Amino acid sequence: MTDTAYNFAYLDEQTKRMLRRAILKAIAVPGYQVPFASREMPMPYGWGTGGVQVTAACLCPDDRLKVIDQGADDTTNAVSIRKFFQRTAGVATTERTAEATVIQTRHRIPEAPLTEDQILVYQVPIPEPLRFLEPRETETRKMHELEEYGLMHVKLYEDIARHGHIATSYAYPVKVEGRYVMDPSPIPKFDNPKLSDCPAIQLFGAGREQRIYALPPYTQVVSLDFEDHPFVASRAQHDCDLCGADGSYLDEVIIDDLGGRMFVCSDTDFCTTRRELGHIGRLGAPMTDEVA
Amino acid sequence: MYVAVKGGERAIDNAHAWLAEERRGDLAVAELTLGQIREQLRLSVNRVMAEGSLYDPDLAALAIKQARGDLIEAIFLIRAYRTTLPRLGGSWPVDTAEMAIDRRISATFKDLPGGQILGPTFDYTHRLLDFRLAADGEAPVPAATATPSPDAVPHVMGLLDRDGLIEPAPVTDGTPRDLTRAPLELPADRALRLQAITRADEGFLLSLAYSTQRGYGRTHAFVGELRIGTVAVEVDIPELGFSVAIGEVELTECETVNQFTGSATQPPQFTRGYGLVFGQSERKAIAMSLVDRALRWQELGEDFVGAPAQDEEFVLSHCDNVQATGFLEHIKLPHYVDFQAELELLRRLRHDTQRMASQQNAEAAE
Repeated sequence: MTDTAYNFAYLDEQTKRMLRRAILKAIAVPGYQVPFASREMPMPYGWGTGGVQVTAACLCPDDRLKVIDQGADDTTNAVSIRKFFQRTAGVATTERTAEATVIQTRHRIPEAPLTEDQILVYQVPIPEPLRFLEPRETETRKMHELEEYGLMHVKLYEDIARHGHIATSYAYPVKVEGRYVMDPSPIPKFDNPKLSDCPAIQLFGAGREQRIYALPPYTQVVSLDFEDHPFVASRAQHDCDLCGADGSYLDEVIIDDLGGRMFVCSDTDFCTTRRELGHIGRLGAPMTDEVA
Repeated sequence: MYVAVKGGERAIDNAHAWLAEERRGDLAVAELTLGQIREQLRLSVNRVMAEGSLYDPDLAALAIKQARGDLIEAIFLIRAYRTTLPRLGGSWPVDTAEMAIDRRISATFKDLPGGQILGPTFDYTHRLLDFRLAADGEAPVPAATATPSPDAVPHVMGLLDRDGLIEPAPVTDGTPRDLTRAPLELPADRALRLQAITRADEGFLLSLAYSTQRGYGRTHAFVGELRIGTVAVEVDIPELGFSVAIGEVELTECETVNQFTGSATQPPQFTRGYGLVFGQSERKAIAMSLVDRALRWQELGEDFVGAPAQDEEFVLSHCDNVQATGFLEHIKLPHYVDFQAELELLRRLRHDTQRMASQQNAEAAE
């Protein structure tokens, strides 16, 4: 049901035009953070307002939208955002990665490869990869202008000196087309390789911080590392206990108070699809026995 | 067995239903009307209008009711509504010299043209609980009235300005940038800063202003004038070719007289801090003028002493309570993907350390 009191996809056309201009600029300068006049949305800042505005600017009536949070379609905030667009845009929705034309995500990139017909919209809390090294926006903008990224390399080096590893496991910084250092949003570093050479358009929206940035299709994205400490995409060394997948990103679930744990795919669509195809993990049951 | 986090949708619907029930409370108690909130919780309404940046007492009352009295939540409701409204045009700057005054005090002069008018203030009340209000109180005795003085009530600052004792207020014809239509860019000019702090969180501004009084960027402020009353809002109507008053708003204006500056070439002068807030919001207006003054250190050639209230980027980035509360509370959302990544890393690091320790122990034993 569409709520007719509001414009298609909630935002007025002027606001969408402003957003689209910012998005086009972001696509033209991959990895560069474009300031935009973020609006107050009917959900709180920090809950995906940037992603929601970008999605609203991208949606057309015949789009099919998928919304995930932590890889799952049924987490509460994903449900809330999906409902918002069902209500204000009346677009079709899906949980199938392959069927979606626009995917809004928080903290994950779907396991299934994306295509040229898709847009992946990331929700971004802190768009500035240098923010925790330099709190001032006036300074970090200058650092990007001058391509002054020494501080970031020093930080990574200090990690290695102290811990023997780069102690960043998510929101792992990347360099885009050899120019801008970019925050890929708090995706686990396991997902970083999927950023590069991706056929889909990847858009990043940070509402509270009023920034949009983008990766056009087939952009080269390199995770920062050192020759002697190369980047490693890490994940829990287990198979999915429901579908048996051995290469997907896993959530760790505590199942009793005796240290019992199980590992399951964080991408619920990926897991369900595999189980429908008959894959069964250590603790899984065939799909037919499950309550949907 | 693993229970998948299914049913998010139903859980949300049920939570909303419960929330609505809690909002209404005991059905045996009469429901609040918007009129009651608007008339009897006026200062809450004022705060919601000021920080919501929308002058509409009825909508503010609705927001307070819907938010169960949580004012920041009410402010958020108003902001989210406000942003959907079309922008029809801008008004002329309101003329606070022409204000119909309810309250006007100056801490710098004992008496002055226009006089001191206390108005409805808590200032000299004794903070004793009035239990008559707990019983179903009768209507209060009507306050004494007088016909308003026809004399003009000039700004105190104007009186000082005439003698050159205070820095002249800069006059510009430029249209200030609009914080709600363009991203905040730093450095900001004073107009933009004032825009940001007039809708800033009252508590944040209060603490910052207080910190300047205690020495973190001290500017030694006197309340030159505090005035509260209503002013007309005039808008140019293109078809008519002249401006028309479309309504009036209640405002609190505070102008502070601050420590002077001067140099070898310029005689010393007092400096200004300015606060202007919707409704009767004295605490906010005074705090605003202190913070405004502290933020002007650069323009007045003062030292940056590292005080938070002097730091434009710090103040402007953190003063908005709708932004702050959203980001603060978002950490309630699931983060198990990131947390899982951290778990893996921590386990690996601990494993390395333990392996090294056992190696060292083995070597020591040899």
